[in-house]
Amino acid sequence: MAYVVPRPNLTWKEKLYLPSIVAGLAATLKHVRRMLSGQTKVIMQYPEEKWDSMMPEHYRGAPTLVKDHKDRERCVACQLCEFICPPRAITITPEEIPSDSKWAKVEKRPKHFDIDMIRCIYCGMCEEVCPEQAIFLRKDYAITGTTRAEMVHDKQKLYELGGVFDGLVHKWNKLK
Amino acid sequence: MDFLSSSDFWFLVGTSLAKTIFLIFLVVLPMVSYTVYAERRVSALIQDRLGPNRTGFPLTLLGFKKDFSPFLGGLGQPVADAVKFLLKEDFVPGHVNKPYFWLAPCLAMIPSIVTLAAIPFGSAIGDVKLVIADLNIGILYIFAISSVGVYGIVLAGWSSNSKYSFLGGIRSSSQMISYELGLGLSAVPVLMIAGSTSLSKLTDYQIANGWLLLPFTDGRLTLSEVLLWIPVFIAFVTFTICMFAETNRLPFDLPESETELVAGYHTEYSSMKFALFFLGEYTAMIAGSSLIVVLFLGGWHLPFVPSGSMGGIAGWFWGIVSITIFFAKVAALLFLFIWVRWTLPRFRYDQLMKLGWVYIFEIALVNIFLAAGILAFAKF
Repeated sequence: MAYVVPRPNLTWKEKLYLPSIVAGLAATLKHVRRMLSGQTKVIMQYPEEKWDSMMPEHYRGAPTLVKDHKDRERCVACQLCEFICPPRAITITPEEIPSDSKWAKVEKRPKHFDIDMIRCIYCGMCEEVCPEQAIFLRKDYAITGTTRAEMVHDKQKLYELGGVFDGLVHKWNKLK
Repeated sequence: MDFLSSSDFWFLVGTSLAKTIFLIFLVVLPMVSYTVYAERRVSALIQDRLGPNRTGFPLTLLGFKKDFSPFLGGLGQPVADAVKFLLKEDFVPGHVNKPYFWLAPCLAMIPSIVTLAAIPFGSAIGDVKLVIADLNIGILYIFAISSVGVYGIVLAGWSSNSKYSFLGGIRSSSQMISYELGLGLSAVPVLMIAGSTSLSKLTDYQIANGWLLLPFTDGRLTLSEVLLWIPVFIAFVTFTICMFAETNRLPFDLPESETELVAGYHTEYSSMKFALFFLGEYTAMIAGSSLIVVLFLGGWHLPFVPSGSMGGIAGWFWGIVSITIFFAKVAALLFLFIWVRWTLPRFRYDQLMKLGWVYIFEIALVNIFLAAGILAFAKF
């Protein structure tokens, strides 16, 4: 039900506005004084001081590829991340593992794996969808480059950023 | 013809040129760029930030050993801003009315510079008075020229052929016309008390009888001065409020109002054309503050500081001291402008019009009669 909000009855002092303007000016001057005397400390000098140490475990930075402790790539080029990626930042060119190789049962590996960091929205869908736990969002957030080509992370760069990640992965298990 | 061929004439031309070049290029334009810097630093302090504190002077580019970043840091920022404005692409949209689009930034900049001509910005150096044009109708000249400034904004809004610019231009024209009245009427009591419209005569009056806003600066305080202080104070408040509105500063920045009109009348402008609007606005602020200083705060005068009208080295010294005093007062007023801007929110449009027409106009009008009554009857 609609109801009428009564207008407040202002005193003549409030109607004059000037006292409240002076009060506002005093409030802002207090902030200036506290800043100048160093009482306010809310500032982090960004390039020198960073908040990396305060970042939570679940922070979603740049997506990276990881290797396992025996330096084998985890990715099996199933392309699920390529298909789930909302901005279509990921492009994978799969390659067959030759039949004479020791790991021929794994069948596929990525020949090229490109993530366009101009497109990436850091949503983490690739990490969620990956059946082999090969792609992870790490804590790098300052991804810069001077050309568009530089902003496309290729396989080598992605492994460089990702590093080694231990853990149970079925495909290297001969019994499974 | 005798005067034109005499050496007096060439002395007049030479000193006027020297004063113009000194005032515009060595004082006002640097002051404008550092006002922008001060605006950014003060706003940052008010909002618990630091503001631009890194840009120094890159002396290593010129072959020096170290970059120079003086005490506060960021003092190279205005220079960097100027270079950026000069190097940016000057984009003219296809749908604008080109002649007026080009004319508008000039019309925004020129009047605010031209108003500086009548302002006595210092005492004297020897025989040369430190005012470019010592007009006997100085204040009328300033009101007349500064109201031309509205054409720049109106033309910019109209020629840009965009709805935001257009609304900004319309708002600006109605706002400036409304507040021009209050501005002129608030100055009348001051002119009545001093009995002159010449700005240097106003300064002389305040040296002899104490600054109008602080009448004790001449060392004595009479009852009639105390009585006259009431209308002078009212005039000071209304004049300052109108000056805020005239220079499109918050809380009266409806022509720009970023939140509703993108950037108002200069939405379509880029590069140096935009910079001209910016410079024009800040030059108008300096001109307005100078006018307030001359009308109410005693101009270049400070108690016990002599005028530089004696010749020789002493004349030069006291002349330069008086210029410094004048621009120190102006800088204090500029701080007030910045301080108010980052404190108050913007008025609604109908509130703005009501304030201008119903309150300021009436108060200024009644104030004239109050001042006249005190002048006529209070002879103590």
